[in-house]
Amino acid sequence: MSVAAPILVQRWSRASIVAMGSLGAILIVVACGPAFLGPYWTDRLTTLFIYVLLAAMWNALAGYGGLVSVGQQLFFGLGAYLAIRLSHAGVEVYLALVLAPLLVGILSLPLSAFVLHLRGGEFAIGMWVLAELGHLLVNLDGLINGETGFSLIAISAFPPDVRRELNYWVALAVMTVLVGLVFVLLRSRVGASIQAIRDNEEAAASVGVRVFRTKQIIFVLAAVGCAAAGTMTLSTLITFQPHTYFSVQWTAYMIFMTLVGGLGTFEGPILGAVIFFLIETIFGGSGAWYLVGLGASALLFSLFFPRGIWGALMTRFGLQLMPVGYRLRFPGRS
Amino acid sequence: MWADQILQGVLLGGYYALLACGLSFMFGVMRIINLAHGSIAVLSAYLVLTVAAQWNVSPFLALIVVLPVMALAGWLLQRTVIDRSLRSGEVTPLLSTFGLAIVIDNLLFEKFGADTRSLAPNVGDLAFNSWNIGSVAIGQLALLTLVVAVALLGGLHLFLRGTRLGRAIRATAQDADTAELVGIDSRAVYAVAAAIALVTVAIAGTFLALRSSFDPYAGSTQLIFAFEAVVIGGTGSLWGTLIGGIVLGVAQNIGSQISPQGFLIAGHGVFLAVLAARFFLAGRDPRVWLRTLRRTPA
Repeated sequence: MSVAAPILVQRWSRASIVAMGSLGAILIVVACGPAFLGPYWTDRLTTLFIYVLLAAMWNALAGYGGLVSVGQQLFFGLGAYLAIRLSHAGVEVYLALVLAPLLVGILSLPLSAFVLHLRGGEFAIGMWVLAELGHLLVNLDGLINGETGFSLIAISAFPPDVRRELNYWVALAVMTVLVGLVFVLLRSRVGASIQAIRDNEEAAASVGVRVFRTKQIIFVLAAVGCAAAGTMTLSTLITFQPHTYFSVQWTAYMIFMTLVGGLGTFEGPILGAVIFFLIETIFGGSGAWYLVGLGASALLFSLFFPRGIWGALMTRFGLQLMPVGYRLRFPGRS
Repeated sequence: MWADQILQGVLLGGYYALLACGLSFMFGVMRIINLAHGSIAVLSAYLVLTVAAQWNVSPFLALIVVLPVMALAGWLLQRTVIDRSLRSGEVTPLLSTFGLAIVIDNLLFEKFGADTRSLAPNVGDLAFNSWNIGSVAIGQLALLTLVVAVALLGGLHLFLRGTRLGRAIRATAQDADTAELVGIDSRAVYAVAAAIALVTVAIAGTFLALRSSFDPYAGSTQLIFAFEAVVIGGTGSLWGTLIGGIVLGVAQNIGSQISPQGFLIAGHGVFLAVLAARFFLAGRDPRVWLRTLRRTPA
């Protein structure tokens, strides 16, 4: 083999072009879902969209950014709370559901200036403390009145059938836009930078990566995403009780989905969300044994299959359907 | 009244220091934050409760039975979970110990149910008796907790300074690879350190059960308090942990005077304020400032 044989650097493979094409087709079919799904599955799929969103956000933070947060429920809860507040102030209810996550994004900016200087476990529990503090402060609001909570009253103006379909479409649209944004971002310069930071922060800085700014972009995006998941959940549950939204269980779900699907792979968390969704749909998703199973899976996957199911498939078959990285091909050899 | 609140805060801080001791020790030696720390403390509390009820003995006797069990659990924890986590990167120990915490909490729930328990009834007068000095009351149990915390931190300090094993632990903590070069088996040292850490956690869990009621999901709050004490006092320093616990306890007690929710808010507030202060004093990175602080006296 001659030295001059060119090595091809590829992003797209035939499989990934087909996959992305069919993804477009699938999304169009899914968008027509309410027409043929019936009320039960329309509601269930709305939940699935929320899970995919949550998993993708947590993966962007931890899998690509190396930022393990145990406090993402802060944004989840704040999103729902601000949606309640906006709607109470007279903002049109679905507008409030979309505006609240953006407000949380703005709020997360000053926060990021502070927490992103923490590392590893300090960041993880630091975020958890912030989530606890956020919960306590929301409880102090007279409107929420501790754990009494409040409801998204304005949404009752829509008849249940209309509401169900609107929730479905809003969740689908928000998921597509935000997960798509993660996809675009990871393929851009930011994607390369954030992975360099994850692997070695000092080395990344030394080759000119703007460490803080890059982390900040991912952090704010994940905050907006988790807040959107919070407002979408509020649109289906209608009631807001702080302790359900500020619960660390949401982070446990995110960790489970990401680890089982594949931490640090783009497709993995989506697969993980589908698996989590199926388990929950089949087993009812309640009870302590169910949670023992989730925790044990997270433990075992982190120890023995750190790249999850998708990571294993990727190494085994060289499979990459939604390419965010590049691959090398040696034409002389294959 | 304020003097009383501060004194009660100091006593409460003794408990936090006791609770944080194992977390701080494990972080100091292995550089990992064990997210199952609080859950393990609660697990020990249930073990002590079970042993005390089974043989109808005092919780302190039961603790003596539980201590070796927890030491063994620590050794096993290191061999099965931590050792593997440490080898696969920075984020893995956080994920695996978080998974472990969920498992422990929910298994406890399955075994013991949602009822809150306490060991206070098992120790009779000790739980509520106090010495009165003027208008100030010093709870006997609270004082005992503080004394135990100081003794435990002091004992660990002397152990790390003065014994051969202590020196091996310190060497491994500084640089495991270099320690291996001079004949120290770092895996064995880590296993011993984890066993010691869990012994201190078992003691903390017992005092948690003596001083208040607890339920299967009490672990996360305990983890947060322990972590706050460690960070306020400066990570990796055992005596700092004592000071951190006391600062946290005093802040919470003063906060509780202002509003019912003030207890927790003030605690979290002090924690964040300390982090922020460190960060602004350093200009950019809190660690740089910490490092310079450690270097100056030497």
